[in-house]
Amino acid sequence: MNFYPEFEVVRNDSRCIRCRVCERQCANEVHWYDEDGKVMLSDEAKCVNCQRCVTLCPTRALKIVKSDCRLRENANYSDQTIKEIYRQAETGGVLLSSMGNPNPLPVYWDKILINASQVTNPPIDPLREPMETRVFLGKKPDHISRNADGSLDTKLSPQLSLSMPVMFSAMSYGSISYNAHASLARAASALGIYYNTGEGGLHEDFYQYGKNTIVQVASGRFGVHKDYLEAGAAIEIKMGQGAKPGIGGHLPGTKAVGDVSKTRMIPEGSDAISPAPHHDIYSIEDLRQLVFSLKEATEYRLPVIVKVAAVHNIAAIASGIARSGADIIAIDGFRGGTGAAPTRIRDNVGIPIELALAAVDKRLRDEGIRNNVSIICGGSVRSAADVVKAIALGADACYVATAACLAMGCHLCRSCHTGKCNWGIATQRPDLVKRLNPDIGSQRLINLMDAWRHEIKELMGGMGINSIEALRGNRLMLRGVGLTEKELEILGISHAGE
Amino acid sequence: MKRIYVKEEWCLGCHLCEYNCAFANSGMTDMVKALRGKTIYPRIQVEQDENGVTYAVSCRHCKDPLCVKSCIAGALSKKDGVIEIDHDKCVGCLTCVLVCPYGAVVEDGSGVAQKCELCMQNACGTPACVKGCPNGAIVYEERGEAE
Amino acid sequence: MKRYVIIGNGVAAAGCIEGIRSFDTEGSITVVSAEQHPVYCRPLISYYLEKKTDLQRMNYRSESFYTDNGAEVLYGRTAAEIKADVKQVILDNGDRLEYDALCNATGSSPFVPPMQGLDTVQYKFSFMTIDDTLALEKAITPESKVLIIGAGLIGLKCAEGLHGRVGSITVCDLAPRVLSSILDDKCAAMMQKHLEANGISFVLGTSAKVFQGSKAIMQNGAEVDFDVLVLAVGVRANTALVKNAGGNVNRGILVDEACRTSLPDLYAAGDCTEYHDISSDTEKVMALMPNAYMQGRTAGINMAGGAAAFDNAIPMNSIGFFGLHCHTAGSQPEGCEMFEEADENHIRRLFVKDDKLTGFMLIGHMHRTGIYTALIRNQTPLSSVDFARLKIEPQLAAMGSAYRDKVLKGAV
Repeated sequence: MNFYPEFEVVRNDSRCIRCRVCERQCANEVHWYDEDGKVMLSDEAKCVNCQRCVTLCPTRALKIVKSDCRLRENANYSDQTIKEIYRQAETGGVLLSSMGNPNPLPVYWDKILINASQVTNPPIDPLREPMETRVFLGKKPDHISRNADGSLDTKLSPQLSLSMPVMFSAMSYGSISYNAHASLARAASALGIYYNTGEGGLHEDFYQYGKNTIVQVASGRFGVHKDYLEAGAAIEIKMGQGAKPGIGGHLPGTKAVGDVSKTRMIPEGSDAISPAPHHDIYSIEDLRQLVFSLKEATEYRLPVIVKVAAVHNIAAIASGIARSGADIIAIDGFRGGTGAAPTRIRDNVGIPIELALAAVDKRLRDEGIRNNVSIICGGSVRSAADVVKAIALGADACYVATAACLAMGCHLCRSCHTGKCNWGIATQRPDLVKRLNPDIGSQRLINLMDAWRHEIKELMGGMGINSIEALRGNRLMLRGVGLTEKELEILGISHAGE
Repeated sequence: MKRIYVKEEWCLGCHLCEYNCAFANSGMTDMVKALRGKTIYPRIQVEQDENGVTYAVSCRHCKDPLCVKSCIAGALSKKDGVIEIDHDKCVGCLTCVLVCPYGAVVEDGSGVAQKCELCMQNACGTPACVKGCPNGAIVYEERGEAE
Repeated sequence: MKRYVIIGNGVAAAGCIEGIRSFDTEGSITVVSAEQHPVYCRPLISYYLEKKTDLQRMNYRSESFYTDNGAEVLYGRTAAEIKADVKQVILDNGDRLEYDALCNATGSSPFVPPMQGLDTVQYKFSFMTIDDTLALEKAITPESKVLIIGAGLIGLKCAEGLHGRVGSITVCDLAPRVLSSILDDKCAAMMQKHLEANGISFVLGTSAKVFQGSKAIMQNGAEVDFDVLVLAVGVRANTALVKNAGGNVNRGILVDEACRTSLPDLYAAGDCTEYHDISSDTEKVMALMPNAYMQGRTAGINMAGGAAAFDNAIPMNSIGFFGLHCHTAGSQPEGCEMFEEADENHIRRLFVKDDKLTGFMLIGHMHRTGIYTALIRNQTPLSSVDFARLKIEPQLAAMGSAYRDKVLKGAV
């Protein structure tokens, strides 16, 4: 069944100089030059609105607009709902989507407001006063003892040291390109934070950034070997992912080419389908075994992170993880991104990270085991304000991936699963991969994080807080707006005005 | 001295450098007005090899400039390392095109020769090709001098 | 302090001055200049007629060129004799110039074959110098009927220069085609057609037998009326000074890669010399301005004690008429293979022998042809490049990535 295209290419011919940049830059082959008529033409049905052509057009002769040609939709059956039914009726297949849940479900970050000091508790000016944004992730001792000479007697668990409470979350080499990984690795290294390999293994070129790398062990165990485990600064066991709780990752064979297949240790062209569960984990006790296997394999030098999707009884799950020997829990909310996920799962499974985070922090405190673990919050952390709110809700640090992709050029066209990313990020096509120059990509990531760090300091200063550690779990600094009693109760915050 | 160098690993073959060059040297302030409906004669040329690798070629400002030595009008000269054409003196014989081993001197569409002068004769500042390259594939930097 | 003397004040002399000064800033330089002008761009005389340039802009170098380079110019003087054994130049006025190193850059002179009745022609000119040009300009009127003897580079450039300033232009040549020294039949035909389309008439394959005042009678019996005659049959290298001094001379003064003659400390450069063409592996007079400069510079460096070699000389020409350009270089040796690509507006002929590009002829679109020229000059084995792509158009892409890296990623 043919539909009118979702997007329209609007070309202002009076500005078009026929340079054909749009044509050369569109991997979807939307644009072409007609020699006879000496005009640029386009096939809008192929357009994904990635804005590559718009961005590169030197005369601003192009824009892409959402088509207003709609099916006869109603409040129950939207244009998209109807089209999805048509498409499934045609193909019999599961619908695939990319990036995070786009539906208008509540974004609690936007319903939470931050406090500022006035009169009695003066704010701090970060331009004039020192501000500490460094955080350490890992199990904290309940008490410490010192030797006679004052040196520390307590043996500390391994810690990750972050110059600011933000890290780049897991995106596998395979789902994203070599140059995207290079950009992340170089930026993390320059910033003194961490990036995460995802479950695609670690390309040999990036072992040099190991000090700033978190290596992931997921249910498919792709790319996992002794050197890999030892290369990173921490090991993350991926139990679940916010965008697709309950299922494993899936890299189509078309992306498992060349170094990707080598790094994953799978045959070239084969689909890399991670099982939904870890086949050796059916209980907290099983998880504990894997945690300690990994610690044993790396001589207890590295902290182990357990990453789970935010799901209904996340607090109980986290409590179990905190008792499993893991050093850090990463919770991934339902709005988190993905390179490819079944649409129904992405859009309907999991819960908002804000609620999950608050519930987990509270539960661990109540049980007196909060210091057993650090908490990382991920799943659509979009700004420095989101970071500050997350810390105040109880997170030790945040994971960002979508924002990092945007910094590298992603225009959120949500077509990662096609493998034809025009921005050189979610693709393995060499001609597209080279569009992301890591010199530029890493610099833009560094810029973004620098900007966030400044903003975090500004917000902290306003609250009269000069150390990010003092903000953690400080829910008095937050107020809700337009939230129900129940929501406020879960978030553990008062309503604005209270 | 600073020269223009290409990093072919980052060249996308988009040809924007050619258009930015033509615009920068058009003397006009609007790219549409400068280039629309016209054939461009850029001073930088994007090439593609048999493996699909693309890169841009412009004047190397070489140590032994055959164009300067060969100019029959005394219009080409090397000043502070930069090879320039005195357009007032150039009569368009195109001997420079015949001798430049890199194909970096080209005809300007009106019959006279032109070449990259590092945007020092226009209002561009940083060479337009460098400034406009979307992927950092053309750089303007110091890499020493030829032996 | 070394004493340098240069006989001649053309582009080879300018190159020689610059060559000397790149090595020796102290020595004295004396230039003997028959013409009363500072060095100027000789090939621009036709552009002068065309009003594309003027006398001021025709200067090859800036006004302060000689003073900047500490060179003294003896204008209006010629050398009468070189005494190589005592290293002296005797001038036409009897003065003697002592030298430690001498460069003979005497250029060439128009060659006028004996033609019956030439003395009956009132307005007849050569077309080699500014003075020739100014005299010619003075003689022409918008009604003038100009006859040019010689359809070579000089004759045709003269025709182009006069176009629009005279009533009619006829060019005759003994050769059956125009530009016979650089073009083959097909290329010449295209160029001739273009010239004719621009109002130039040709009488080819025959020459003037007799002149009767304002009428020329051709060998084939045809008659051409004219009132201004330009003699552009050819040029001869000015070799007498070196020949008389005992130097080896053929059609030009024989020089080696260092631009040395057979006589000690006596160098020669420019149109007066005969030197090695690497494209044909023969000695030739290649009276070309680019080569003249390069020879002059080479001679200058060597005169000053440096070591320079002009060891990759080839004949080459860039010439155009009324917007149609033509580039030729190298040669077409016996047994060479030709690759042609042509349509009605352009011709590309590449000549290949023994895995090397030996020459080319291009008419029409002149784009990046120097890449071809470099192949000839560097005698690049074609098996080391992608010649199939080069046949389509000149491009560095066909030269291999190693070469490309060398020329694009570092200073050259």
